[in-house]
Amino acid sequence: MTIGIDNLSEAAVPAAGSWAGHLAEWTARRLEPVVIGLGAILIGLVLFSLFILALGKSPLLLFQLMYTGGFASWFSIQNSLSRAAPLLLTALCVALPARLGLVVIGGEGALALGGVAAAAAALPLAHLLPPVPTLAGIALAAMLAGGIWIGCVGALRHYRGVNETISSLLMSYIAIAVMNQLIEGPLRDPASLNKPSTLPLPADYLIGPLPGMDVHWGFAIGIATCVLSYLLIETTTWGFAARVAGGNTRAAEVQGLPVGRLIVGFTALAGACAGLAGMIEVAAVQGSANGSLIAGYGYTGILVAFLARHNPLAIIPVAILIGGIDASGGLIQRRMGLPDATVLVLQGTLFVVILACETLYGRFKPFNPDLWKRDL
Amino acid sequence: MFDRLSLNRRRFLKTTTAGLLFGAVPGLVSGRARAADGLTVGFVYVGPKDDYGYNQAHAEGAAAVKALDGVTVVEEENVPETVDVQKTMESMINLDGATLLFPTSFGYFDPHVLAVAAKYPDTQFRHCGGLWQAGKHPENVGSYFGYIHQGQYLNGIAAGYATKSKKIGFVAAKPIPQVLQNINAFLLGARSVDPAITCQVIFTGEWSLAVKEAEAVNALVDQGADVITCHVDSPKVVVQTAAGRGAFVCGYHANQSPLAPDKYLTGAEWAWGNVYTDFAKKALAGEKLGNFVRGGLKDGFVKMSPLGPAVSTEARNTFEATLAEIMKTKYSVFKGPLKDNKGNEVIAAGAAYSEDAIELESMAYLVDGVVGSAS
Amino acid sequence: MESTAIGLWGIPLAILAGAIRVSTPFIFVSLGETITERSGRINLGLEGTLVFGAMTAYAIAVVTGSPWLGVAGAMAAGASFGLIHGFICRWPKVNDIAIGIAMMQFGLGLAFFLGKPYIQPAAPHLPSIPFGFWSGLPQIQAALDINVLFLIGAALTFALRWVLANTRIGLTLRVVGDSTDAARAMGIDPHRVRLVATAVGGAFAAVGGAYLSLYYPGAWNEGISSGQGLMAVALVIFARWNPVGCFLAALLFGGAGALGPALQSVGVTSGYYLFYAAPYALTLVIMIATSSPNRPVPGMPGALSLTK
Repeated sequence: MTIGIDNLSEAAVPAAGSWAGHLAEWTARRLEPVVIGLGAILIGLVLFSLFILALGKSPLLLFQLMYTGGFASWFSIQNSLSRAAPLLLTALCVALPARLGLVVIGGEGALALGGVAAAAAALPLAHLLPPVPTLAGIALAAMLAGGIWIGCVGALRHYRGVNETISSLLMSYIAIAVMNQLIEGPLRDPASLNKPSTLPLPADYLIGPLPGMDVHWGFAIGIATCVLSYLLIETTTWGFAARVAGGNTRAAEVQGLPVGRLIVGFTALAGACAGLAGMIEVAAVQGSANGSLIAGYGYTGILVAFLARHNPLAIIPVAILIGGIDASGGLIQRRMGLPDATVLVLQGTLFVVILACETLYGRFKPFNPDLWKRDL
Repeated sequence: MFDRLSLNRRRFLKTTTAGLLFGAVPGLVSGRARAADGLTVGFVYVGPKDDYGYNQAHAEGAAAVKALDGVTVVEEENVPETVDVQKTMESMINLDGATLLFPTSFGYFDPHVLAVAAKYPDTQFRHCGGLWQAGKHPENVGSYFGYIHQGQYLNGIAAGYATKSKKIGFVAAKPIPQVLQNINAFLLGARSVDPAITCQVIFTGEWSLAVKEAEAVNALVDQGADVITCHVDSPKVVVQTAAGRGAFVCGYHANQSPLAPDKYLTGAEWAWGNVYTDFAKKALAGEKLGNFVRGGLKDGFVKMSPLGPAVSTEARNTFEATLAEIMKTKYSVFKGPLKDNKGNEVIAAGAAYSEDAIELESMAYLVDGVVGSAS
Repeated sequence: MESTAIGLWGIPLAILAGAIRVSTPFIFVSLGETITERSGRINLGLEGTLVFGAMTAYAIAVVTGSPWLGVAGAMAAGASFGLIHGFICRWPKVNDIAIGIAMMQFGLGLAFFLGKPYIQPAAPHLPSIPFGFWSGLPQIQAALDINVLFLIGAALTFALRWVLANTRIGLTLRVVGDSTDAARAMGIDPHRVRLVATAVGGAFAAVGGAYLSLYYPGAWNEGISSGQGLMAVALVIFARWNPVGCFLAALLFGGAGALGPALQSVGVTSGYYLFYAAPYALTLVIMIATSSPNRPVPGMPGALSLTK
């Protein structure tokens, strides 16, 4: 098993030493990914600079533009955060099953189904209920749809031995087909002429922006879900059991852990996250379910999850980083005359280097928690 | 090249300063930087700028605008119809000082263009294909489109003469009014030559899906269709595959004749350069831009590819006579009596929809003689 | 019905023709991935390699006028991608799945970036052999107009099966794939074997891309692949790491993919999205029917990280 899951031993470190020792140990452990991550980004940027130089363009100008476009002003920051919002949830769709050692790559389909379920549920609910309960209701519908879909992947894995990677991919394509069939067939709003869509949500039922910001509430929901997922994995017995089962299924079964329920539960939860992402796209961005839901968020989420080493908290900065690179991509096209693929090359270079640098974990002495335990 | 770069750098410095000054205060985002002089026009494309089709036609239009004095053009390609396009437009406004935006994909209109336009009332948005309605949509938004079904009607005439099997084929993305108009016009053009002709349509379900488009062409040719046209974003694959199977082809969006010189009959092309330079000149002169702009062949919105070598003299004569007719009057491709392919009358005898009839923009049927389903 | 139309016979013919036309990229990518995975590595990024191969082949064919030089160039490029993947993944703690996904992004980006100038020009196509010469029906002639790469792919399938089962190279690959320690005990350097296996896998995948851009559909643009590379990697698991299984799975996938357009062409016009999903649904159903919870997946290399 080689998925980047933190060592089990981490959870089993004995409580010992003074609080200063604890602090140093804690800092050392938390600092390692930050330093290695930033170092890797630096190496990636240098490599990408060579590429840009080879094209006869100025890498300095490019990085300046990236900073301007992604992070330099309040507008740019909000731009980055808006783009990061759906990735937080689709990344969780990969990160949660990864705790059990499962590689689920079908978030795109769960997102599509979640979006359609949300739009379909909105029609009756909006007649009966005020906005907030309606939104809660359609969020539930979306999470159910996504949860059942990816939960099936988990169930197939455990009860039929069907590989989850291939089944989630296949089911993703099927889900997108179902979505298209529904929004161009039974759920189509006849008034949606050239862009087949479901009936739109009433304007006052849409998810609005965060107070004082131009970023919709979906971003906050995404952050909250990441934090909750972190707590689930790190602090609950379910999370602990999942990590044990992820380490060794056979051993977990021998120990009497409910591996089947864990697998179905975690995959269903993962699907619920992607379904929620679909609901937010419908209720905060699109206003209805339509083909624009298929924008690759599910696939980008895979990348985000692997870069975050399947740690739900780490997903937050990684998603914002990708959002920022995407946000600045436009400026690079407009100001430097480079094609949009420049950003893909940059992302590819960065991600390969960041992931390759995982080999450096544990190589630098100052980051070794044991060292600090001994010293203090 | 160097000049442009240094100009951009200057503007870049200006905008960053502005960004630093105003950016930190959320309420003041609208206090954005502007180009000191001239006009900055932004183009947003949903696919790659050079797709031999839809996006390329728009990018060629943008290139014509670039040639105008005092106009700076900023472009962004592969922008999905999500929050991305909203932020791209805002970024063009805030960071580049764009005051006239052309978001060119249909899917951008509702809700994305409408949402951003409400936030930036001083910026003009002109959207391709949308149905702008006074009172319902903001005043700084407008829509433009061309009666390209006229081009497909002429394609149909060329096809009607070229087909031996009396069966022609259409590869379409989705059954939406703009596509259904084209399919119907293509068949009606062919039927003006020979009323026995039928048209088989295959929907691929996506705007750009190379292998499926090729499979669709093969299925059409296997069923006897010997002239093929399409309405997908990038017709390159359809044209090449059809010609490879020995069928004649009619182009769409842009001129694809170099891909199949012998088999290419003609094609319905956009002429966005005219439309965009017209908008830009008006904006430069400070005139009000139209909110609902439509035009056909005679208005220079649409043009035909030159007729290919396979077009017979007889076909050429009819083609040119019809074209001359279209250039003279408000031409009606859709005239009663007309039935859809389920047998319902859709246009009564004696009635006719001229090119600018608003009813055409909500067409939801396939006419009698088209094999396919509109829903 | 006109004499040129073949009516309902179009459906089986389309499935046959589709199986031959559409399957080739799946065959090459899945054979390549089989080699890689048999060595105990997984390269999920072959979609990027496929698209980069498509671009390279097309560009070289445009510039030199020779499609075969294009294929050769694509193989070299694909092998380089494989080498990068293989080289990075030999380092401890590096996750091969993650690197594959990142390499996919990198390959796509680089292909789109470098491929811009080659979207407009037309490249010479790869040749095909008219096996349908005996038939008077143009439909059959077209269906049996078989590209050389398909034939090479078919030959490679059986060659690979033989190599894996009967040769020293095959044995080495299998040993490394089943157990790193056992390989070391036998004096084999597992890293080197995996490096070579990943490079060969990349080269194969790039040939699949060359088929897309130089034969069917035979054009280069950014939408040339609709996920064939990713799907083919998944098909390897479906095919249980067996080359012949990969070949059959690819044929099944291609044939089922032809169902949607063929049904519409004979007048079955509603629900086409669902027909288009037929290959995925069919594969899933077969997977479910043939899997079993109680025994490990047969044929699976023991050192593979994707499955346990």
